Amino acid sequence: MNEHKGHKYIFQIVSGSILSWNAVLEGEANKVGYSLPAARKTGTTICGVVFKDGVILGADTRATEGMIVADKNCSKIHYISPNIYCCGAGTAADTEMTTQIISSNLELHALSTGRVPRVATANRMLKQMLFRYQGYIGAALVLGGVDCNGPHLYSIYPHGSTDKLPYVTMGSGSLAAMAVFEDRYKPDMEEEDAKRLVRDAIAAGIFNDLGSGSNIDLCVITKGKLDYIRPHDEANKKGVRTGDYKYKRGTTSVLTKSVTALNLEVVEETVLTMDTS
Amino acid sequence: MLNGRRGFLKDSVPVAGLCPQGAYGIQDCLRSGFSSVKNELLPSHPLELSEKNFQPNKDKMNFSTLRNIQGLHAPLKLQMEYRAARQIQRLPFLPSSNLALDTLRGNDESIGFEDILCDPAQSEMMGEPHLMVEYNLGLL
Repeated sequence: MNEHKGHKYIFQIVSGSILSWNAVLEGEANKVGYSLPAARKTGTTICGVVFKDGVILGADTRATEGMIVADKNCSKIHYISPNIYCCGAGTAADTEMTTQIISSNLELHALSTGRVPRVATANRMLKQMLFRYQGYIGAALVLGGVDCNGPHLYSIYPHGSTDKLPYVTMGSGSLAAMAVFEDRYKPDMEEEDAKRLVRDAIAAGIFNDLGSGSNIDLCVITKGKLDYIRPHDEANKKGVRTGDYKYKRGTTSVLTKSVTALNLEVVEETVLTMDTS
Repeated sequence: MLNGRRGFLKDSVPVAGLCPQGAYGIQDCLRSGFSSVKNELLPSHPLELSEKNFQPNKDKMNFSTLRNIQGLHAPLKLQMEYRAARQIQRLPFLPSSNLALDTLRGNDESIGFEDILCDPAQSEMMGEPHLMVEYNLGLL
């Protein structure tokens, strides 16, 4: 009996044991009739566009849990490195953890090479990791940044395929946003035009898709400058109450007032010292 | 330390149903999970085998590429160094950082899920030190 105990503690296969434990748990729960709680997804509209001097990334700010809005103002544009940012759609935890892991790895890589990290490096790291997990990590990403070779924009799908394009959209509102892009995109736009285009694309996703909503966040990345504009546009402001049900003092008139003193006598008095050491 | 090699058996599969490790001979669900012979023999997640073999497969691929580029001596020498680094361990019940092995593999410059999740320092259980050392030395 004891040999098995020692045996089991020596071997601890990390990822395998975690994966199988969760899968077994889900199987057992389904057998009894329960289902595991729904993961929080970001049914989302995210998009990116390459303009004259750099890249603009845009995202909405709604996170849903099934049919309920879990977070009215969540941040979907994640930091990867000072010159590279990444929008994430899909399961919120997956996008956050994936981008954080890649951000750490990219920082270590940059320290090792001594150079400013490139967008292509981040893209390759992300696609290799997502392919390794065969789509079980539900993270659809729009990766954009400016490096020594200019501005770059990639879209990365959960199974690990990537596309390098001048304009991309992802998420449940991607079709609405892509319609706006296809209509009005021109190569080498000015910054203000590009910001307006991205804002309109995200707004199309917000108003035409149930999974997207609330505000519009923008991130403008150029060679020397980074603008993280959150929120760029509060498309859905919460309404202000027009009436008030509170009554003013004096609405009810006081007719009589009588004060009765309560005579209390002290029966017992104990002092507990507080331990302030 | 010939008898001590028993602690490093490669192909043994602890079958939970046949020999439960909990008290009173029942499967201890809290510590070792649900018991199912099927789960011990077949993978319970499509990625289980792929993840279990990820590092060995990566090593095999790297060695084969190295052999094709630089000749047989390069991977042979590296494998000798790996074998030496793998033997740098602490006492059986203590987790080892495997620093030399990680440096050789190049894993010291990357962070993955195995660094974040399942930290042995946070594990709820620890092996019984005396028993494990005795088992390793073959005294049990």
